[in-house]
This record gives sequence, C-alpha cells and structure tokens, in this order.
Amino acid sequence: MQRTKFILGGLLILAAVVYLIVSSTQASAEYFMTVDEVKAKGAQAVGQSLRLSGAVMGDTIKYDSATLTLTFDIAHVSGDNAEIEAQGGLAKVLSEAVNDPTRQHVSVVYIGPKPDLLRGEAQAILTGKLDSDGVFHADELLLKCPTKYKQAVPDQAEANK
Amino acid sequence: MIAEFGYGIALVSFLVAVYSVVAAVYGATKKSASLVESSRRGMLLTFPLITIAAGSLIYLLVTNHFEVAFVYEVTSRSMPTYLKITAWWGGQAGSLLFWSWLLAAFASAVTIRKWDRDIEFLPWVVMVCSVTLVFFLGMVVFYENPFTRYWLVNGNVEPHMFQPALATIFTPQDGNGLNPLLRHPGMVIHPPMLYLGFVSYVIPYAFAMAALITGRTDDRWIRLTRRWSLWAWLFLSFGLVLGGRWAYDVLGWGGYWGWDPVEIAAFMPWLTGTAFLHSVMIQEKRGMLKHWNMILVILTYALVIFGTFLTRSGVLSSVHAFANSPIGPLFMAFVSATLIASIALVIYRWPQLRGETEMKSMLSREALFLLNNLLFMSVLVICFWGVMFPLVSELFTGQKVTVGPPFYERATAPIFAGLMFLMGVAPLSAWGHSTVKTLGRAMWKSALIALGVTVILFLTYTKNYIALIGFFLIALVILVTAQEFWRGARARQRSQNENFFSALSRLMGRNRRRYGGYIIHISMMLMAIGILGMEAFQTSTQGELAKGDALDISGYSVKYRELASWDDTGKGVNFTRATMDIYKNGIYLGQLHPRIDYYFDSQQNMTIPGNRSTIKDDLYIILVDWQPTTAMGATFKIFVNPLVNWLWVGSLLFLVGIIFAAWPDRDPAEEISRRGITQSANQPSAAD
Repeated sequence: MQRTKFILGGLLILAAVVYLIVSSTQASAEYFMTVDEVKAKGAQAVGQSLRLSGAVMGDTIKYDSATLTLTFDIAHVSGDNAEIEAQGGLAKVLSEAVNDPTRQHVSVVYIGPKPDLLRGEAQAILTGKLDSDGVFHADELLLKCPTKYKQAVPDQAEANK
Repeated sequence: MIAEFGYGIALVSFLVAVYSVVAAVYGATKKSASLVESSRRGMLLTFPLITIAAGSLIYLLVTNHFEVAFVYEVTSRSMPTYLKITAWWGGQAGSLLFWSWLLAAFASAVTIRKWDRDIEFLPWVVMVCSVTLVFFLGMVVFYENPFTRYWLVNGNVEPHMFQPALATIFTPQDGNGLNPLLRHPGMVIHPPMLYLGFVSYVIPYAFAMAALITGRTDDRWIRLTRRWSLWAWLFLSFGLVLGGRWAYDVLGWGGYWGWDPVEIAAFMPWLTGTAFLHSVMIQEKRGMLKHWNMILVILTYALVIFGTFLTRSGVLSSVHAFANSPIGPLFMAFVSATLIASIALVIYRWPQLRGETEMKSMLSREALFLLNNLLFMSVLVICFWGVMFPLVSELFTGQKVTVGPPFYERATAPIFAGLMFLMGVAPLSAWGHSTVKTLGRAMWKSALIALGVTVILFLTYTKNYIALIGFFLIALVILVTAQEFWRGARARQRSQNENFFSALSRLMGRNRRRYGGYIIHISMMLMAIGILGMEAFQTSTQGELAKGDALDISGYSVKYRELASWDDTGKGVNFTRATMDIYKNGIYLGQLHPRIDYYFDSQQNMTIPGNRSTIKDDLYIILVDWQPTTAMGATFKIFVNPLVNWLWVGSLLFLVGIIFAAWPDRDPAEEISRRGITQSANQPSAAD
C-alpha cells in the first residue's frame, strides 16, 4: 500500500517534469539557421524565433546613439564547425565571407547598447525574428571575435612571411 | 630551456601517476602491502612534481617568454605581475595543469591521513585519484601542452614542443594579453573557486568507488568524506556566486546569470552535490538510499569532468563549439568510460546496498528528503535537456533548435518553489513518521504570519502574484527556521538551566551540521529575495543626454554632468568615464561613474557600470556610447534592480552557514549520537 503511494507520487513528479520540459521547450524553442537557410526558407521563416549566425560586415555597422538603434549586415558562413575547421579555421572563414561579394546577406536591427565585441569579421549569433521585409530584428547579440580565439600563429609572425 | 624542463617534469609526473595506478591495482589484488605503500608514495610524489612544472610555467608567464605559445596567448607586457600569474588558469592548457595540480594536492592530503581502520580503501582511493590525474596530465602532456614554443621553419612560424630540423626559435614582440573581461579580481578567483569545488568532489567519489570495490558498503565512506563534500560544496557554491557578481560588475548587461551553457555546466554538479549533501544524511540516520547516494556521487563526478571540459573549451555560445577542441572527444570518452565502469560496480554490489529500513510515511523526514532529491534531479534533467537539446533535435529532425533563458526560467521556477516549500516543512517533520496533523500543528503559526506579510506586501508593494507566492514562501521558510532555533534553544535553556544565548550557542555548536544547514536555508531565502526582485521588478530606461540633461526612472533622476577620456599607456588602456549626478525625489545623493575601458593589446572594450547599491534597490548605469566632440551628448542605459543586494547579503550569510557546518567538531565523541539510542554515549568514537 505504502509502496504504491510512493510509486504514484514519483510518477506524478515525473509527469510534472515532463510537462514542464515539453511545454517550456515549445514556448522558447529557437531555430538555428544560417543566412543561406533563412533566404531559402523565405516567407516561412518570418515570425519564427530564430538563432541566426553569420559574419559581421564591418563597413555596414551603423549606430544611432539617440535611439540606441544598431544596424549592420551579416554574410553567410557555414553553421557546421567541422566544415569551418576544414576551410582553415573560423578567422579565415569569417574574413572570406565578408570579402566575398557572391555571399548572401541579411540586414540586422538591434535596439540597445552597442556590444563591446562588435566589429567587422566577428561571428555574430543573433536571437530574434525576421520581419516580412527580410530584416532581422535581434533581441540578443552574441559575438565571437576570432582574434580572441586561439590561433596557432601570432599576427606578427604572419607579417614576417 | 625552462620550457623543456617544465615539460619534462610534467611528463615525469604523468609517468609517476601511471605507475601509481598500476601499483595500486596490483598491490590490492596481490595483497601486497609494500606495493600499496609504493603506490601511495607515487601519489604523494606527483604533488611536488606538478608544483615544479607549474612553477616553470609561472616563471615563463611572469618573464614574458612569448616564444611559448601559451604565454603569448594569455599575457602581454602591459599586464601587472599578479595577473600574469593568474593567467596560469586563463587558458585551456594552463588550466588543465592547474586542475592536475589541485587534484594532486587534495589526493596527497587524503593519502597522508591515518589509514589504520580503512587500509583496504587506500589502494582504491589512490587508484581513482591517479586515474583521474593520469587523464588530466595526459591532456597536458600530449594534447594541450602549455610549454609548446614557436619555431621558424622555412619562413613559417609553427608551434612545436621540440626543435624541428633547421628551425630557429621565434619570439613575438608582445603577447596577445589576457581577455580584459578576465582581468577583474572576481574573475581572478572565480575559476579557482569553481575548480577547488570540482576537484574536491573527486575525493568522495574515490572513496565511494573504494567502498564498492572492496564491498565495504556501509556508510563508512560517507563519514570519511563528509567534510570533503561540504568543502567541495562550499567552493562550488562560492565560485558560482562570484561568477554572478563578476557578471553583474563587469559584463554590463544588468544581470548576474544568463543560463548559458558554461554557467549551466558549473551549476549541474552543484545540483547533484546539493542533493547528495541531503541524502547522505538519510543513509547515516536511517541506513536507506544507499544505491541512490552512490549514483549521486558518481553523477557528480561525471558532471565535474564534463563541466571542466565545457567551461574550458572557450566561451561557448553554441553547443557546436564542442567539436572545436581536439580534446572534446577524449573528455567524452573519459566521462563515458568512468560512468559505465562506476554504474557497473553499483549494479554488481546492488544486493549489498539494500536499505536497512523501509520508508513508511509519506511525510516522514526521510520521505521529504527523498522528495527534495527528486526535485533537485528534476532541475538537473531540465538543465541537461536544455544544454543537449540542439544536439538531440539535430539528430532527430535535422534542424538545429536551441532553447534560451525563458526555457530554464519557465521550467525550473515551479520546482524551485517546491524546494522552498520543502525547506519550510522538512525541518518540522520527524524521522520515521509524521502526519499532516503533526506538521500542521508545528507550522500553522509561521504560515499565518507569512500570510500576513504577504497581504501587507500585496497592499503596499506589488500586485504581481508570482512574486507574492515567492514572498510567502520566503517568509514561511525564514519563520519556520527561526522557530526551530528558538524552540531548540528554549528547550535546552529549560533542561540545562542556562541563559538563552549560551543555550543557543551550545545547541548550535553541538549540532553543527543541522544548524549550519538552517543558516544556509535562511541565506538561500535572502538570495531568493534578490532573485525575485530582479526577475519581477527590474526596470530600465535608456537615452542620449546632452550635458546637464537628466533621465528619470523609478523616482531617481540621473543627470549627465561631464565626460573625460584619457590614455593610460602604462596599463595599455584608454579610459572613458562619465560623471553622473544622482537625485532621488529631488534630494542629491552623490555621483556615479560608469565607464568604458578600451584595451589596446586585445582591441577590446570593457563596460564598467556605475552602481549605487542599497538594500531597497540598485541604480545601475551603463555608459553606452559618446560623441567624440565634447559638445555633444552621451548615451546611457539605466537599470533599477530592486532588492538585488539581498542576493549578495544572502551569499555572505551562506558562506557563514557552510563554514559553521564544516568546521571541525571540538569533541569527536559527539559523532556517535547518530541512529538515536542504539549506541551508548560511552562507546569509543568512530570519528574521522
């Protein structure tokens, strides 16, 4: 009798946790996409919560400090790290993406303080939604600068080549 | 020269650790006391050896040996010496060596103790510690070597440990410099705190494994390692809090916890560690949940290794960074192998680990402790799911899907509320049996007062019902816990004829773990006040201000007075600092100085908020941007973070509580009061 009570109690907790996980996952799922994938999806991607990654185009960064509106474009980079490594590492891939005019681009709008790490050839990971004009409204910016990442060879060394 | 020397010593300590493993296993199976002793000495030898290797690395760091790749990556000429030393754990290769060093220190401390009655554990404890050490030192020696140097080979610079043919050494002019975000005192001690916590958990795990292997599966291993698990928990908790404080002070986003994978990686072993801390008490008092404790300590160990790996593989913003590091698969292999081996041992010993008593009442203290454990495990499952979800979803649907902070907040909030409620009920329940009636009688007064507090808050402070539920639970737990102190002290006062305060202090001194635990419960509630304040009531505003203009928020008025910008070439930093006049309801309160530091060597900004902290709220100002021509304005973002100070006050009390609980007892004979009356007070002590 006691045993069944305990088992029932355990099952109840289990059910509650499963419910919490499933419902919260549905409520806050963000789809990871690259620029190419967003472009390919087109109108389907509009309004969905997305996590979009790409290379920041340095000369497109504009900041209006009166309204705290930040705009910039990002260029397509692969979302697959193994592929990035195969192409010569993150720094190289980002730099190629920014300088390659054939890549697809997405414009990004973000309202808020300008992040410290935002600069050309940074990898941006943006959370937000795409509007019907194809502009991405980011709620959150995560930036990775390849110079912060370990490169086997120092910059000075490359200059010596 | 020094690099080769350091590497050589690291290699030797690796070999010594390998020897210790072999000698321990061989000595234990052949019952050779001299071999076991030899393995113990091997274990002891690793500590001075790794200390010498680490000393070489620190020497290279401090003396600007930029030909060493690790030194180049984490230091620069402009960094002060103490930061160059702490850069030891500022990068992956160095921190693996740091981990090994801590483990060698702890394992040595354990193996030095007197083993008389527990000699059968010794070889297996040495083995588990050494296997872990072999793994980490192996990483250092073969994969993430901090002593690798740059060589000029055919005009190219390549990193190698030893001189390639015809190569000359290449020394860069200056190093990359430590990430400026990490040059903060909080960040200097935050990683070692976490690591201390991580590494301390290896010891209870080692004893658990020794118990399983030898078949001595009573609670001896728990009692031997009780203090280790408490200290481990202390360091881990303190590390987490420091990390939060650092984020609040330095990252300039107005928060302290962002549910990113790195934070969660450190949080997960804390969850299992906390559950373990509670459930071992049931085993000690009632002889139950033995399987469960084994599983918890194994999980904690696995999560510690996993967490080291996650926190070390760089600032991950996506789980995909896993694959970035060559050591990722090795870590995964090691975690899986130890996990499988440990679980196999538990299954092998399953019959011996059966409980001595059955759980009878749903409201007994042991049942409530079990519930507490299940809730902690639920939070763990939620966290693990969140971290793993992108991988899982990609595997099954081909589409990478991630979950953000809202997922964790939504899913864990009800469980945290449940844990708080338990903190209010469990101290009142009795071992063996309690009923709704006995519990109700014990807590109705506290519940009534808590309800009164909630009504007052509803009328005067907030109509947010989630916050009100939170405040009710906080008040309930604090009142119930305070009542426990009161009741215990009163009872002792009457029976011992002491005055109230000496009764209270003696009572607490005699039951350190219990009352230390209660202090920790209260501190958790204070922290909960801060968290609730941030989650429910944080407000913010932002705008561009011309000089003399002000922004208004929650009764504060923030006036932009001036801005100064200057270079400090010695430190290699440009400072831009705004001066703000703060008024509240028209009364002048003082000035705040939000600033932006720009580091030349790493070309990176660091945003330091100006913060005015009171018990009621924090005014937190970030300098966002400014116009180079001084006539123009600057842009600010301002947060008002209500009650957040309680989080830090609670953290300090937490520290007090845990040190109180972990402090060695004056009289070890007190220990045998366990299992109630079955043992008499005259029996010789079973103390550690």
